[in-house]
Amino acid sequence: MFKYLPHTSEDIKEMLETIGVSSIDELFKEIPNDLMDPSFDVPKSHSELELRRRMNELANKNLALIPFVGAGAYDHYTPSVIRHLIERQEFLTAYTPYQPEISQGTLQYIFEYQSIVAELTQMDVSNASMYDGATATAEAMFMATAARKKQIVLVSKTMNPNIINVLKTYTRYRELEIVFIDEKEGQTDLEDLSSKISKEVAGVILQTPNYYGIIEDFSSVKKRIEEAKSLFILNQDLASLSILQTPGSMGVDIAVGEAQTLGLPLSYGGPYIGYLATTSKLMRKMPGRICGVTTDTEGKRAYVLTLQAREQHIRREKANSNICSNQSLLALAVTVYTAVMGKEGVKEAQMNSYKATHYLAEQINKLDTFELVYDADFFKDVLFKTTLNEEIVEEALLKEGILGPLQLSKFDSSKKGQLLFSATEKRTKQEIDHLVQVLEAL
Amino acid sequence: MSKVVDGLYYAATHEWVRVEGDYAFIGITDYAQDSLGEIVFVELPEVDDQLDKGEEFSTIESVKAASDILAPLTGTVVLINDELEDSPELINEDPYENWIVKVEMEDKSELNALLSASEYEESIE
Amino acid sequence: MYYSKTIFELGRKGRKGYSLPNEDYGQYELPTHLQRTESLDLPEVSELEAVRHYTNVSFKNFGIEKGFYPLGSCTMKYNPKINQDMSAIEGFHIHPYQSVKASQGLLELYYETQRILSELSGLDEFTLNPYAGAHGELIGLMIMKKYHQDRNDHKRTKVIVPDSAHGTNPASASVAGFESVEVKSNFDGTVNVEDLKKVLGDDIAGIMMTNPNTLGIFEKDICEIAKLVHDAGGLLYYDGANLNPLLGQVRPGDMGFDIMHINVHKTFSTPHGGGGPGAGPVGVKKYLSEYLPVPRVKKVEDQYTLELDNDTTIGQISHFYGNIGVIVKTYSFLLSVGKEYFKDISKFSTLNANYIKESLKEYYELPIKGICKHEFVFDGLKDKSTHVTTLDVAKRLLDYDVHPPTIYFPLIFKESLMIEPVESESKQTIDNFIEIMKKVALEAKETPELVKNAPYTTVVKRLDEAEAARNPKVKYKDIQHD
Repeated sequence: MFKYLPHTSEDIKEMLETIGVSSIDELFKEIPNDLMDPSFDVPKSHSELELRRRMNELANKNLALIPFVGAGAYDHYTPSVIRHLIERQEFLTAYTPYQPEISQGTLQYIFEYQSIVAELTQMDVSNASMYDGATATAEAMFMATAARKKQIVLVSKTMNPNIINVLKTYTRYRELEIVFIDEKEGQTDLEDLSSKISKEVAGVILQTPNYYGIIEDFSSVKKRIEEAKSLFILNQDLASLSILQTPGSMGVDIAVGEAQTLGLPLSYGGPYIGYLATTSKLMRKMPGRICGVTTDTEGKRAYVLTLQAREQHIRREKANSNICSNQSLLALAVTVYTAVMGKEGVKEAQMNSYKATHYLAEQINKLDTFELVYDADFFKDVLFKTTLNEEIVEEALLKEGILGPLQLSKFDSSKKGQLLFSATEKRTKQEIDHLVQVLEAL
Repeated sequence: MSKVVDGLYYAATHEWVRVEGDYAFIGITDYAQDSLGEIVFVELPEVDDQLDKGEEFSTIESVKAASDILAPLTGTVVLINDELEDSPELINEDPYENWIVKVEMEDKSELNALLSASEYEESIE
Repeated sequence: MYYSKTIFELGRKGRKGYSLPNEDYGQYELPTHLQRTESLDLPEVSELEAVRHYTNVSFKNFGIEKGFYPLGSCTMKYNPKINQDMSAIEGFHIHPYQSVKASQGLLELYYETQRILSELSGLDEFTLNPYAGAHGELIGLMIMKKYHQDRNDHKRTKVIVPDSAHGTNPASASVAGFESVEVKSNFDGTVNVEDLKKVLGDDIAGIMMTNPNTLGIFEKDICEIAKLVHDAGGLLYYDGANLNPLLGQVRPGDMGFDIMHINVHKTFSTPHGGGGPGAGPVGVKKYLSEYLPVPRVKKVEDQYTLELDNDTTIGQISHFYGNIGVIVKTYSFLLSVGKEYFKDISKFSTLNANYIKESLKEYYELPIKGICKHEFVFDGLKDKSTHVTTLDVAKRLLDYDVHPPTIYFPLIFKESLMIEPVESESKQTIDNFIEIMKKVALEAKETPELVKNAPYTTVVKRLDEAEAARNPKVKYKDIQHD
């Protein structure tokens, strides 16, 4: 007997009698013989104790380092209550809320999540989540090309290269084309944007803070995009909107990005959660699940998945997106984080991260071997150029238990010596000073 | 039994056409609204949009279905029924009164290819 | 009721539920023109208020640990507690840019999971990057497309999808830039080989299938189908939603499938989480492995490596390496079950399904007689004279603390009621379900109004879904003044 399989020999005997067959194998008799019973080489069954041993052995092979890198994944603090609440079986083990009468819990937190995203972004409507910030951006791109029935999108070169790579993959197999907007001094060249936009362009995709951490000011680009009847898509870190200019205030049509910064642990890159919010006008072109409020037969407030006619299970081959369920439980984590951190805490964590990164930058800038690459205000990432050997920097920090900055040359060989540092509210001054001391000694 | 109104032209894909001079009003039939169920949204084209015979010009959504509405004839949109924006259920209430668009026809002979009321009635039986 | 409201209606201005260190980094201010100008209306509650609120919210949900959950096509099996503990181990929560040599443990776990999935499925190489089943389908179809493109075979623009398939299949085909061609099923949902022959040609890129199909019937002719498709130059895609009944018994790779995805949140029990996060690993035959998305985890001598890019890949499909936290739970489940018990999962899920089918076929319309695999479909009640529908039956089951089966899918029957009892359910649980189903059938006959107006015991009754879609209220500010 195995603990997840409850069948006793008596059970099996009685069930086979009801079915009218003599053995379980008879239930598989229509399967061609030569396909049956393949050999497969997999580990033996592990008891709980053996499993723990194995998993701890693996976990211990990952070094415990203090990260000074962000570049799309930020080491913010996750309050204890989050894990306790999201691991309640009622949330954890439920399926997608297809039966609303017994899924009001999931539906209510999705509604609260949508409300939080709408409030942070100042957009009219948010969906119930996307896989991650990069794929959310790709979905926004599909939304724009479908809504505008055009095939070209403009993408700023200052975006995170991983997001750009995902956009490239998503366009490669369809009749869509990406035209890049050049960068100038680490920011989107708005003149270049103006020269490339035309009536053929479905959407313009920008990011702030951008890959280099620079807070770009896009408050004046809407007019140019609107004149071309194109859509404005902006990728932003959701938590940053508690203190930075909102997409709503800039006339953004589709706001997207990563929401890992609202309470999700680093987890080696996932599961995270992408968000996507838009205007009432584009609501019915939106991908993904949406929860709405209605009433039940007794007039009581109730939540339900709505606007389902957009989705793959109804539209089939005509759907704009194939997305079904994605990161629901993370939407709950984001919701709980925002609830406990609240109006002040969300801002404080972000503002402290801004300050920590600025303190870090100020200290590193004092070193002869490091120089700021761009002269523009930055948020949680900051880019330096070093005269030191990058590998030596990485090794020296590793020896001190520090995960050093991202070497941009890993993704672009022309960026040799460029190092992207990051700090959050979790980094103490002492940790930052220690990092700087290690660099100084090189 | 679905209602069919005499004097209108019908497409096999369940749209009706009411002709007034060079203009045509287009809507969906009682049979179509009944199979869709409670209509929750009508996506309307814009005035001056071109309709191409056989091509989709509007989408009607119910709670559990979405249906593309195909143009029964070629023409240019001169008027849209914007009442449907706030009250899509009007189509459920009276599908023949609540037209979707009024178009200026390009080629009136296209009407000859459409079904009469009795032919349409037969087709849905 | 204070705790029946939304979080925005609780608490009071100035209240706090958090604590952060007071680190004095110095005076740094955001430039005014870059600042948010709008007020920020987020909750202001104490930690206890937040905890109590979400605990109360959770009570409005039905989870696997509360009761039987025979939701067809969803494989709602027990989600072992130990897997949650394993995924919470601190050492798995490192930064994704931690260097390869500082993350050998996770890379080994990733690599080993790929290898075990290969062994179980008969497909040579896997990627664990896809975030979900639908994402896996899309990636699989991109691989199919690139394979044909690289052979300069540009006329293969169509993918065959059986009419019994899940809606995601044709949607994924469209998103990958294919046109889908529907083939009609036989009465039992199996592919009609004669019909298939008619559509096969040099414009077909491949076929998407699942076996057993969505009616729980095994395609006996799968080897012939595979040969026909391959001979026509197409590839076979396996939708891994129905892998549970095959574990240890039959492998998609051996049946002739070239590409597949696996829903680990189904077959391998990482929880559904109310709609994610899951993961949708994609496996391919050796000759397609060069197309797998990057980054790829490989083993070079005794070191695990991360290949960031190569010349042949379809490209990058996720920001980092997928839902690693979910993969940790997958690996944990795979090790727990182990070589000894995979086959039992297949056996007992199939035994349970056939037992329910045979026990209820006098009460519910069974359109396809005979042996099924892990799931099967009733076409509503046997006695339809009182006009009680599948929806009514499902709603009535809520009053008996059972999660209803999947309803109105697959689309080939009018009153589909799709039942999937997984291997972790005991005979006693199932007998209880059978009794309830019989009772509801009896109620439908004798007191139909009772069933038509159900449920009675849930926190809300039947909902006005049309109203929700006509006047969408999708955030708190839309209902604030109602």
